[in-house]
Amino acid sequence: MASFWEYANPLKFMRTTDWLLPIVAVAAVAVTSIGLIWGFFFTPDDFRQGATVKIVFLHVPAAMMAINAWVMMLVASLVWLIRRHHVSALAAKAAAPVGLVMTLIGLITGAVWGQPMWGTWWAWDPRLTSFLILFLFYLGYIALWAAIDDPDTGADLTAVLCLVGSVFAVLSRYAAIFWNQGLHQGASLSVAPGTRMDWAYKAPLYVSMTGFGLIFLALVLAGTRTEIRARRMKALVMRERMA
Amino acid sequence: MIALLTRDLRLALRAGGGFGLGLAFFLILAVLVPLGVGPEPATLAVIAPGILWVGALLACLLSLDRIFALDYEDGSLDLLATAPVPLEAVVSIKALAHWLTTGLPLVLISPVMGLLLFLPGEAYLWLILSLLLGTPALSVIGTFGAALTVGLKRGGLLLSLLVLPLYIPTLVFGAEVVARGAQGLSTATPLALLAGLTLGAVALLPFASALVLRINLR
Repeated sequence: MASFWEYANPLKFMRTTDWLLPIVAVAAVAVTSIGLIWGFFFTPDDFRQGATVKIVFLHVPAAMMAINAWVMMLVASLVWLIRRHHVSALAAKAAAPVGLVMTLIGLITGAVWGQPMWGTWWAWDPRLTSFLILFLFYLGYIALWAAIDDPDTGADLTAVLCLVGSVFAVLSRYAAIFWNQGLHQGASLSVAPGTRMDWAYKAPLYVSMTGFGLIFLALVLAGTRTEIRARRMKALVMRERMA
Repeated sequence: MIALLTRDLRLALRAGGGFGLGLAFFLILAVLVPLGVGPEPATLAVIAPGILWVGALLACLLSLDRIFALDYEDGSLDLLATAPVPLEAVVSIKALAHWLTTGLPLVLISPVMGLLLFLPGEAYLWLILSLLLGTPALSVIGTFGAALTVGLKRGGLLLSLLVLPLYIPTLVFGAEVVARGAQGLSTATPLALLAGLTLGAVALLPFASALVLRINLR
């Protein structure tokens, strides 16, 4: 494997992802299917929550990827700002819509789960509120990308927005905790002793989380490839016009 | 730098500068809310702290695109960027001018708005104090948003989409100060958090604003 920095060359990136993307995509579909089917049909119903508990296999991986996608965008933005790694900037751009959809899945499955369990679709709970705020941050980031014509300016500005936004997203998270004590349970998975979740649930959950991670990777790779191609096309059109 | 400050203040205060629009907006909001919610003093007293803070925040937002837009159009921003004064200082002065023409007047008329919304008597001190502490953060964060969108043709709506999520922590702590003050609880914690937020924003954000301004002027 070549070093990470060599993939700043779009040609090299394209050549590697040519064979890597199909593998990741197939693995993503396979692992997610296994995780979800295992979780939905081959786990026992919960003592109190019944079958509704099984939405956890969608809810937790989506929520995890919603946050991880933002972290990945933050890292990619830093890499772009510091090393002018072009593919990194495009990967951050490609990750944003995926993160947005993951946030939406987390919110919707949470609402569907909350209705029978808490008796309400929505509560102004710190976790729910911070996810809604994260959703707004994704919207702003994507809107800023869409508004700027020049690709390098767009990459620079969105990268700075991502950095500043990250600080404020964390602040909002603590502000939300400060503001209202919540209904939401604590972390589903924890390394602390006495973890509440049984392995019968934990194993398919881990599989499902891996699957979601692979889906994210596959979508970001595909999105980045599309961005590179779109940019090449733009360059071709410009060249035609000049000639 | 003082020349820049007085220039910005003069531009904002004279006709066409938009000074007072934010105040008028704040007033209209305080009139609209009772019309929408109903005139019961008990209801209004409960929501008054939140409404006043949201109103202040939106009034602040209204005038943000003026911070750089006019200077960008007539080219004086390029001159400022090449001036011997560092751009970070220019940005800070711009934010200060915005605060003096928007934030400070909001603080000064907020007791009147509180009166319209039946804000409990104990909360007035906390309302003024929290707005005094919080509105500088609104101006500085808003300056960052304005610097981000300065080159865009239709930046106004985008600006609000970018800036409003950044306002959330300020809003939470600010409204919390007033709400706790109204109930006679201790306000030390949210007040300290609000002050910390403002100081942090004032200290760090001008660097980010200057950075994006340089990118936009490239």
